[in-house]
This record gives sequence, structure tokens and C-alpha cells, in this order.
Amino acid sequence: MKQTFLFLLTSVLSIQAFSQSDSSFFKRIPTDTSKLKMNMDAVYNRPFLQMGKLPVSIGGYLEANSSYFGTDGVSEGLSFQIPRMTIFLSSTIKKRIKFLSEIELEEGGKEIGIEFASMDIELHPLFNLRGGVLMNPIGAFNQNHDGPKWEFISRPISATTIIPSTWSNVGFGVFGKYGRNNLVWAYEAYLTNGFDDKIIANEENRTWLPESKKNPERFEESFNGIPLITAKTAIRHRKIGEVGISWMGGVYNKFEEDGIVIDSKKRVDAFAIDFNTTIPKINTYLNAEWVWAMVDVPDSSPPQFGNKQQGGFLDIVQPIVRRKMFGWENSTINLAFRTEYTDYNVGTFKETGENRYDHIIAIVPGISFRPSAQTVIRANYRYHWQKDLLGNPPSLTAGFQFGFSTYF
Amino acid sequence: MKKTILLSGIALFIITMVACEKMLPPAPKDEEILAGTIPGLTPQQEHEHLVGDIAFGKIFTPEQGLGPIFVQTSCSNCHAGNGKGHPTNVLTRFANVNGSIVDYLLSKGGPQLQQSSIMGYPAEVIPGEANVFSKRMAPAIMGLGYIAALSDASILANVDSNDVDADGISGRINYVNPTSFFIPQSIHIPNGSQYIGRFGKKAEKVTIQDQVVFALKQDIGITSDFDMQDLYNVQAGINTGDNVTDPEVSASFVYSLVFYMRTLKAPTRRNTDDPDVMAGENLFNQIGCNSCHKSTFVTAQSDIEALSNQTFHPYSDFLLHDMGQLLDDSYPEGNAKGSEWRTPPLWGLGLAKDSQGGQLFLLHDGRATTFEGAISFHGGEAASRRTAFNTLSEQQKQQLIKFLESL
Repeated sequence: MKQTFLFLLTSVLSIQAFSQSDSSFFKRIPTDTSKLKMNMDAVYNRPFLQMGKLPVSIGGYLEANSSYFGTDGVSEGLSFQIPRMTIFLSSTIKKRIKFLSEIELEEGGKEIGIEFASMDIELHPLFNLRGGVLMNPIGAFNQNHDGPKWEFISRPISATTIIPSTWSNVGFGVFGKYGRNNLVWAYEAYLTNGFDDKIIANEENRTWLPESKKNPERFEESFNGIPLITAKTAIRHRKIGEVGISWMGGVYNKFEEDGIVIDSKKRVDAFAIDFNTTIPKINTYLNAEWVWAMVDVPDSSPPQFGNKQQGGFLDIVQPIVRRKMFGWENSTINLAFRTEYTDYNVGTFKETGENRYDHIIAIVPGISFRPSAQTVIRANYRYHWQKDLLGNPPSLTAGFQFGFSTYF
Repeated sequence: MKKTILLSGIALFIITMVACEKMLPPAPKDEEILAGTIPGLTPQQEHEHLVGDIAFGKIFTPEQGLGPIFVQTSCSNCHAGNGKGHPTNVLTRFANVNGSIVDYLLSKGGPQLQQSSIMGYPAEVIPGEANVFSKRMAPAIMGLGYIAALSDASILANVDSNDVDADGISGRINYVNPTSFFIPQSIHIPNGSQYIGRFGKKAEKVTIQDQVVFALKQDIGITSDFDMQDLYNVQAGINTGDNVTDPEVSASFVYSLVFYMRTLKAPTRRNTDDPDVMAGENLFNQIGCNSCHKSTFVTAQSDIEALSNQTFHPYSDFLLHDMGQLLDDSYPEGNAKGSEWRTPPLWGLGLAKDSQGGQLFLLHDGRATTFEGAISFHGGEAASRRTAFNTLSEQQKQQLIKFLESL
């Protein structure tokens, strides 16, 4: 499978290489900026290239970086990573019938996965059908996670460890938008396969929703036959910004096997609220997300497996220079700052009444240079405080990251 | 402009590289943590220690053999930072005691309660036949290699079963039956078929390996080459719940854990030149705390050269003492009666809070939340020392506590 995929990838890239000498072969499809774009539009709001008369458009992005981190005085030294390279393929099959896919190679090809592969049928702007591999619309980051869009090298902790971004599953559902003047309202609702009992039985030593991503079977069948429901609604005002609220819920354990009831149904639910805006005149971009997760943890689980988690982040990005630099028109230098908090175990110990901790607080100042909107070269300094379950003196981690991310 | 930006970028890069190390969190001071190796290990031994450290922190999952009933999912969950445990992980031992007959209820899930279980499998409950219960809080594990390297002779040297010296203290040995995998070393002196216990709250374990194999099974539900019989919940059915092939860990995994514990450093003392600490140490000795909490021992020859002939300061005599009614759990182990407890080493006491969430939970079950509280529970042989402590002035008490905090 991996070899076949790599062969196909090489073929596509060869065509791309050939086309470099023939600029007429590739046609860049301009991004439509006339409409108010929302997080839910992120899958389409990407640069694509069309090859000659081929009905398929391609695109993608690459992230590469280096990092130098230390924890409590111990450093693993300087290392280099390619966290991901992603290939997009899209096509318009017929009027109002579209196909779009996102295939991701993580960590230099160690893992290859289909993140998104859906067919969208527009019956009405307010009523579209979508089926295939979907990105569950929980929070904003899961929908809008392309590396070149962010000034930060690491993804937000709460968005990747409470919401297990990128979290996609097989399923189907509906979505729609309604816009008028400066306002757009949108909704999405999907049924997909979902979580499994690894969110409790894992080596992370805590309730850990991302563990379900390791189960490739979820693209074949549901773990327990109960679909995961994900729904989101969002509203965007051209001057105020976008706010979205979303929910995802379902049963995560196997409660029945061969018709025999073997356990009670245990639920996992997550609620998220997200907001983003650009402050006029000073062009400060704010982006925030907060998530709460509630998990029916069995009473017989040790206390490190919390039944409530919460966390979020706030990103502030301030352009400080926007002009022609190094021959690139409209290049931008941004200052950026992220603050984030993730609590994996909200609550108290029944034995002592004291708080359960297991949380991380982090701050990330950074600077980025964008020679174009599609490419970002960024440097971050990260400092985070991590307390264990009992609240013992925190483990301190800090380090530098330098890297780039670009659409191609 | 281009030149300015380029130069600024280069300057920023150079500053960043120079400042790199400065902007990383510093290592905590050696005396502030319970992690680290004993001095004098070879690089190969340091590596072995790291392998053991990883084993100690390993989180077991049901696929790897966790449970099906258990207390915790890893060693480090009970011994956070190698330190003392927390009330949330207290162990419960149970038995049926009828006069001199002790039944550990092995066929009913004894001797220890596993209150956690893997998903879909019922956790254990204490059987109705049990009539005695003993709560146990995980001890700190640093410096165990020094204790393991002690000769039996140096433990026997402090035995005074009949209180011949008439100091009110009559420490005695807990002779226990060795495990099937126990191999006597030159340090061991048998008493018939039994050997001196030196580990565990009641000195019921002869070696670190005994304790490791026991804890792997009774605390995590992990079988090893040394104990192949897995746990199960009797109430759910014999041999139910775990489909993982036994042993779930190999002998080498056990050996790694043992090596890790043998080579963990002893706690480093703090503030030793503080006048209050020095005064407190004098008071500690004056009122006779050191009758049981003996400060100094010397190890015998060890296969690990760094442990050979080393002087160390555990503040224990590793003997059983009658601690009186308040600490009597009615739960005998080996020759130890309910009221008898092995003198716990006091080293590392000053860092206990750093593994207990900023609070103190002292004594075998964590019932005391202050040093004064712990001392107030001392009865039996130690009653006279408790009384002596109570007669100290408030300033003297604080000095003695400062000394304890320096350990």
C-alpha cells in the first residue's frame, strides 16, 4: 500500500517537475476572496493547481522545522523534523458535485493517511450532502489546520490532545450556509464512526482521546455500532469576526458482542467554542478556541483517568511590516504570541478533596516572515509548565523552533 | 532596508544561538530531587539504570497484561518522582485472623485488594470473610541499593529483643520464608529455613526483587518469570479476565527494575549548616529518637562496586518495633504482629511533599499530615520518645522538625 502510494506520488510530482519548464501546463486556480470565508470552508480555501486539461486539481503543503528543547535541565539537542507533507486532490465531477481529498504523510512517510476524502453534492446552498472521510467539525483548528496558515510551529495542545486534531472519520452528513450583507451563518452535522475504549486503555496514563486515531479499523467499521454525532454552527460578520460552537458525542466502548450485553454504554462528549477576528486598522488577528470533554470513565479506573478535560488557546498575530522585501511584493513580518492551557483531569480526589492537576500551561512568542500568503518562515520560543496528577512541582520545558511551511 | 532586515535577522539568529542554553529551564538542584544515580557507577551501569528507569515508568495497558484487576498502571504512579505515595493510591491488605490463625484469604483474592480493573471487568471487593485490614502507602524508593547491600550482621547488631540495655526499645528481626527464586548471598545469615526481612512496612521482604515481583503482580496485575499465576477477580470467576500470555514481563524486565532501584541515589541532605538544623539533630539524639532511627550504616561488599563499603544515613535500624495501640492494624506478616512495624528510614522526609502534591501524608497509611502528628502516633516502645518530644519547648520542637526537613 505504502509503495503503491509512493509510486503514485512520485508520478504526480514528476509531472509537476516537468511542468516547471512549461508554465502554461499548470494553471493556478485563484482563491475566491469575494465571499466571507469561514473555518468550515478551509478544505476549499487552499491554493490549487490545475494541470493542463486534466479535470483534477492538485495542491498540498509541506512543513519542516528544527527544534532545540530542554526539560528540567536536560536537552535532547538539536533535531530536524518534517512533521507532515500533505497532498490535496480535487475535482468538479459535475456541476455542484465536487470531490476533494487530503492525503497526509506524517514524519517523513512513517504514516500515510487519508485525512479527508469526500464527495459534496450541493442541492441548495443551505443543504449540501457530504460523504466519505470527513473531518469532524469540532472546534476550529480541526477544520482549519493547514500549516502555512499558522505562525506557530507546534499545533495547539488542547486542539490536538483533547480534540484529537486532525480527527477524521468515515461517515456522511449535511452542511449549508446562508449569507446576507455582512453576515454568514453556517451549519454542519455528520454521522461518522467514532472513538473506542483505547481512550481509557492507553499508555498516556490519562484519558486520551487521540488514542483512537491509532485504530485503522475505524475506517472500516464502527467500534460499537453507535455513530459519533458531530454538529457545528457558526456565524461570521465581516467586521466582527466568526464565532462557532460545536459538539461531538457518542459511545466509545464495546457494550455488546454477538448480541450479548457485556458492559453498560459509556459516552464521550466534547463541546467547543471558537472565535476569530481581525481588529480593523491595526490588523491584529485573534484566534481562540476552548474545548470541554466529558467521558464516562468506569468507576474502577484509577484516578489519573479523568472524566472531565478542558483547555484552549489564544493566538495573537500582529503584522509589523508589510512591504516589498527581497523582491517579494506584499511580504509580511508578524509578531505572534500564543498562550494555552490544557487540563486533562478536572475535578478533585475523593480521598483528600484536593484538586487533581495533570495540566499544562504554555506560552509561545514568535516571529514570522511571509514572502507570500502561502508561505511562512517562522521562529518560536516555547515555555511550558506541566504539573502531574498530584500537583507536584512542575516539570519545565522550553525551547526554540525554527521552520517553514508552504503550500505548493 | 533589505540590508537592515538581513543584518537584523543575522543578529537575532546569533543572539538566539548564544542565549539558547540560558533560556532553557535549569536542572533542579541535586538535593531538591529524588532522581539520579548513586555516585561511582560506570557508564554501562548508568545505561542499565536508564533502562530500569524506563521500565519503572512504563504504563501497562490491558493488551500488555494490565490487571485484569489492579491498583495502578505503573510503578511510577504510586512512587511519583521516586518519592512517597499519596492517599489516592493507598493499598489495602486484608486477612481473616482468628486468634493465632491467620488466613490471608488467597483463594478469595487476598492478600491485597485490587480496587481498579480493566474495562468491562469488575473490580475486586473485599470478601466478607476478611476481618482485619491494613492500609499501606507507597514508600519512597531512593537509596534502596544501600539497604540491600547491608550485611545481615549489621542489622543483627542492633537487635535487642529482650531490651537488655533497658532503654525501652527492643527491636527484633522479622524472619520470613524466602521466595522460590531467592538466592542467598554472602550478606545473608539464615535462621533455619528463614531469612531476615529488611524491606516492606513490616520487613516482610528479604530482597528488592521479592518486593518488585510482588508489586508487579499485586499492584499492577503483571505476571513475570518469577510468578506466573495472574490475578483474577474471584467474584467474576477463577482465571477470568486476562487473555494475555503469561509471563507478561520477562525476567530481564524484573532485573531492570531491580537494578534501577539498587542504583537510585540516597537523598541528599539540605541546610546541614543551619544552626536550627544542627540543634534539632542534637535534640533528636537527646530524646532518643536515634534508638530506632539510627543514622549511620556501612554496606558490605557488593557486586556493584559503587555500593561496596559505603557509609550511608538512612535513620532506621530495619528492625520491628511495637508501636502501640494507635498504630496496631491487627494484620500480622511473617513474625510481625499487628502493632509491630519496621522502623521506616527517615531519609528523604524533607522532600516528601514534592511527591505528595505539596502536602504531607506520613506513617504507613498516610494518616499523619504533619511531623508533630506523626510523632503523636508513636506508642508502644516509642511512647517514651513521644513524651520526651512533647516536653520540648516550642522552639526546640521546631528545631527538631527543621532537622527532619533537612533529611
